[in-house]
Amino acid sequence: MNMQSMTLRGKDRYKSGVLEYKRMGYWEPDYQPKDTDVIALFRVTPQDGVDPTEACAAVAGESSTATWTVVWTDRLTAAEKYRAKCYRVDPVPGSPGSYFAYIAYDLDLFEAGSIANLTASIIGNVFGFKPLKALRLEDMRLPVAYVKTFQGPATGIVVERERLDKFGRPLLGATVKPKLGLSGRNYGRVVYEALKGGLDFTKDDENINSQPFMHWRERFLYCMEAVNRAQAATGEIKGTYLNVTAATMEDMYERADFARELGSTIVMIDLVIGYTAIQSMAKWARKNDMILHLHRAGHSTYTRQRSHGVSFRVIAKWMRLAGVDHIHAGTVVGKLEGDPNTTRGYYDICREDFNPMQLEHGVFFDQNWASLNKLMPVASGGIHAGQMHQLLDLLGEDVVLQFGGGTIGHPQGIQAGATANRVALEAMILARNEGRDYVHEGPEILAKAAQSCTPLREALEVWKDVTFNYESTDAPDFVPTPSVAV
Amino acid sequence: MRITQGCFSFLPDLTDEQITAQVQYCLDRGWAVNIEFTDDPHPRNTYWEMWGLPMFDLRDAAGIMRELAECRRVYGDRYIRISGFDSSHGWESVRISFIVNRPTNEPGFRLDRQESVGRNLRYSTHAYAAERPEGERYADR
Repeated sequence: MNMQSMTLRGKDRYKSGVLEYKRMGYWEPDYQPKDTDVIALFRVTPQDGVDPTEACAAVAGESSTATWTVVWTDRLTAAEKYRAKCYRVDPVPGSPGSYFAYIAYDLDLFEAGSIANLTASIIGNVFGFKPLKALRLEDMRLPVAYVKTFQGPATGIVVERERLDKFGRPLLGATVKPKLGLSGRNYGRVVYEALKGGLDFTKDDENINSQPFMHWRERFLYCMEAVNRAQAATGEIKGTYLNVTAATMEDMYERADFARELGSTIVMIDLVIGYTAIQSMAKWARKNDMILHLHRAGHSTYTRQRSHGVSFRVIAKWMRLAGVDHIHAGTVVGKLEGDPNTTRGYYDICREDFNPMQLEHGVFFDQNWASLNKLMPVASGGIHAGQMHQLLDLLGEDVVLQFGGGTIGHPQGIQAGATANRVALEAMILARNEGRDYVHEGPEILAKAAQSCTPLREALEVWKDVTFNYESTDAPDFVPTPSVAV
Repeated sequence: MRITQGCFSFLPDLTDEQITAQVQYCLDRGWAVNIEFTDDPHPRNTYWEMWGLPMFDLRDAAGIMRELAECRRVYGDRYIRISGFDSSHGWESVRISFIVNRPTNEPGFRLDRQESVGRNLRYSTHAYAAERPEGERYADR
């Protein structure tokens, strides 16, 4: 790409009229990003005939200080500091007409601890900018100085495990089905059966709030009866994600307070409540010793297509800052979108203290999390006991595996479904720790465990041929070369 | 009933050979192995009695199995668990925990309910075993 700075300096820069963004100081190929800069990587697809460098400079301009014309009032400010600087533009491998633009933002542009403020700049007006056909926010480097202004996950993986007294294996969950229509009393039955059978958690679905068939208080009361009964029946801590998503913050606080009063260990919210509401709930959760589960309802409207929107890896970063404890991050093998490498990138973002740049996983920057709590990824949607070896291999140990249909759809009932999943999981962990090649011997390990567990035998039989092999719509675009610097 | 705390409670009780393999797994990762016992199986009973200190410096599974045998000889009528503790930065907690010894009879728990305002209930989990003093809970059952 054009590696010359074209910035006009001095008097000429501020002559009234329209000036190309790349001449206004938003394209600075010599700029060295500071350790404290926020860096965003956009995939920019300019309209036909628009110069790529100009398009990328415009993205920097429109997401920071610029407007469409020169304004003299810039001269009342330290304008050069506040201008976002596009410092690098690369063609996207295999996607003619699209460009990766690296843009650095000075830390002073952002309010401490506010996702709303961060996103209002980075994904604000700029996404509707006419000279672009499409724009996607692929990744962000969040400087430690900014990370430290956020609370981070209310509980975090380690403390969640300590509170639940569950170590050394993925946690098991199930979403209550059917997701709509059950009365509170019937709903609690599903929760009780699943928890008693061996699951750690059950979960409200994203669209269960408070409807004519089940008012939220009915659900909370019956669910907590079920949780406590299951705890007494097993001697083990159990939980159910009570969805407190509601129309207003006041309603959500009311529901969350009731969940706390009833002794729940965990509540849940949906991504659609918005960043500010999420941060408020994270603060509430920290204050009330509550684990906070986030269902990423709505994300696919802007994360799924490669050309436009926001990558889920960025959403995952924002959610770790915002302070949720659980986030749905894909299953790879289940029914919902998820390329294995891309999903691996999401999981690393949730769980590691440091993410090295790894283009094959879609991770474009080194990211230091500065000991911010870890966020537990949740794998949910079309998974079953017969995939346990693959799930453990792909997703690791610090994850909640949620088998909704894979528990409730068991021919011998919900308890049997839950037991099948738990036995399959424990058998796989045992084998892995013994040093066995559990990925290849997985089916054999499961068959062996099923010899002394009828529910598992039946589960393996019913779902033996279920797979979801479709082409992924969002895989990383990269050329495997060793030399990519920020 | 069978309490299902720990990593492997849904599997048949582990043999000593299987326990050794899990201990070796902990040692290979540099975790300190700890043996604990209790006769209070309440799910919120965090602090089981420690059979000595966590074995930070013992790097040999056979040595740990000898400690387990000794613990079983003294407290064989109680729950005994093995855990692996990871002191590395960012974790600094238990990495794995599993039961390696159980009382012959596990009487389980009663759920007490206290009716409260509106339809609220206050729940309390009551271990039948804990009705007797510590040390006498499983001895003659």
